[in-house]
Amino acid sequence: MGEANGTDHRPHITVSHLTMAYGSFVLMRDLNFTIHHGDVFIIMGGSGCGKSTLLRHLIGLKEPAQGNIYYGDENFTRADPAKRQEMVRRMGVLFQSGALWSSMTLAENVGLSLGEYTDLSPAEIRDVASLKLALVGLKGFEDYYPSQISGGMQKRAGLARAMALDPEILFFDEPSAGLDPISSRLLDDLILELRDSLGATVVVVTHELASIFTIGNNSVFLDTETRTMSAGGDPKELLAHSPNPTVRRFLTRGGEEKI
Amino acid sequence: MQTGDAALEVKLAGAWRLRGGLPSASLLERELDGAPRIKSVAFDTKELESWDSSVLAFLVDISALCRQRGIQMDTAGLPSGLHRLLNLAEAVPEKKGARKESVATPFLQRVGNTAIGAGSSLAEMLAFLGDMTLTFFRLWRMKVRFRAVDLFLFIQQAGVEALPIVSLISFLVGVILAFVGAVQLKQFGAQIYVADLVGIAMVREMGAMMTGIIMAGRTGAAFAAQLGTMKVTQEIDAFTTMGFSPLEFLVLPRVLALVLMMPLLCLYSDIVGVLGGAAIGVGMLDLSWTTYLRETTNAISLTDVFGGVFKASVYGVLIALSGCLRGLQCGNSSSAVGDAATSAVVTGIVAIVLACGVFAVVFYVLGI
Repeated sequence: MGEANGTDHRPHITVSHLTMAYGSFVLMRDLNFTIHHGDVFIIMGGSGCGKSTLLRHLIGLKEPAQGNIYYGDENFTRADPAKRQEMVRRMGVLFQSGALWSSMTLAENVGLSLGEYTDLSPAEIRDVASLKLALVGLKGFEDYYPSQISGGMQKRAGLARAMALDPEILFFDEPSAGLDPISSRLLDDLILELRDSLGATVVVVTHELASIFTIGNNSVFLDTETRTMSAGGDPKELLAHSPNPTVRRFLTRGGEEKI
Repeated sequence: MQTGDAALEVKLAGAWRLRGGLPSASLLERELDGAPRIKSVAFDTKELESWDSSVLAFLVDISALCRQRGIQMDTAGLPSGLHRLLNLAEAVPEKKGARKESVATPFLQRVGNTAIGAGSSLAEMLAFLGDMTLTFFRLWRMKVRFRAVDLFLFIQQAGVEALPIVSLISFLVGVILAFVGAVQLKQFGAQIYVADLVGIAMVREMGAMMTGIIMAGRTGAAFAAQLGTMKVTQEIDAFTTMGFSPLEFLVLPRVLALVLMMPLLCLYSDIVGVLGGAAIGVGMLDLSWTTYLRETTNAISLTDVFGGVFKASVYGVLIALSGCLRGLQCGNSSSAVGDAATSAVVTGIVAIVLACGVFAVVFYVLGI
């Protein structure tokens, strides 16, 4: 498939003048960016700069200190709880550690939201759950508990759970953290594959350069020093043309020369 | 150490190991104080046998001294490993403001901070109770969602699996009460009233109280640890982002399990406690089983039994809520999970004792 497939230019998520704070401590101020339908959008930046916090804002686990987040034309930040529930249901999230529910089998993990939000019978739910697990290469592991499988498998199972309701947007928090280079490459391929086949928008928090250049076609760079975003756009473009030295240093692992 | 005209040479010899303690640079400082003409410091390490971080610490001190006095430090005489480590240690200048300021907080400020903290934790607790009340209303209208299998699992954990420890403690409490009574009542030849004492005490107060304390330590702590760990591993976030309320999905089945099981455990504890008293009555006070048990049944009324059982279910709510609250408030580390469990037990027991006091007054006023 081609380069910019699936991407059209309708905005999917718009972040407007977002300020993130813990109490009186301001983490990032005045963030403005737009994620389009079909984008693989990278949130990048150094450790502790607020990447994961930004993700928590986007999925509604944390409230903005200022500013608004829009999904399409709908204001997510100001939505009432019922509306918000409905918007959240269109998102799938893969947490950093997988965050599978440890008291449930993989099939139950994937099937829980299906049982809640669809009218499928238990047998059908199990079929769909098996299918989702098969998509991430975990066919046959339906009755395993999360503690019985490896970290990489837990992450893939987490992805299967995130995809259970065929979400329009998939969020990934550090998908390659704790994975060996091959597993993390496979996960990257899987992310692209899913974006292309499901037509979903993908938002990834990461600082893995390899991933950033392989999968990203749009990005935002959070700068710890200035406490705001210092660049945005296609990571490859940023590497080639960004005027900002911090961004270039980040994208070249500290060296100024191009890779 | 040798002093030339304008240069000082420091000779490092022997084996330098951290185990032997850190050498101080104060000797050198005195030397430099004594000879203000010195412009450079050099090192001779021909006799240095082996070294580790202790030498490095010494050199960093010297380097700081030299910088202070504007003296040149000549590191050419050092082994190349040491040379590189020294450069590394000094490559990044100390970040301004990174060092934690260890200013002692004034007493009044600490009192104020504690008061503010107490206020906000009270507000958090009230918010939790409010949310739980709403959840209970939804339960009433049958609009809640949780997995039935979870409820049965918690019922098993908080019910059948608690029986051995409840048996042991209740039996011993019965025995202890009987002993306390026997010593006093024997003086009046009124041993038979040991049965009344044990019966009334167990059924009205001790059955519910002891079960409550056991369950606070056993199940309350377990709830806090479970929810705390789920918080750390982001499992709770996962529930929230998939549109499940953690209060409905996680807290409610736990509360229900304890509310259902506590009355049964309390009733069981009452019976075992009376048996404990009877063991003493029969074994030491020469009463017969029939006499003892008949005296017990005469002494206690059904109202006493229901009062005790009702208290037990209230304690159940308190234990489950404090366990779950502390679990949900847990921070993001493994030590925070431990703190959450500890705090759940403390909160649970305090809540039980407070409720027990309130019940005593209310029952007295109502004449129960």
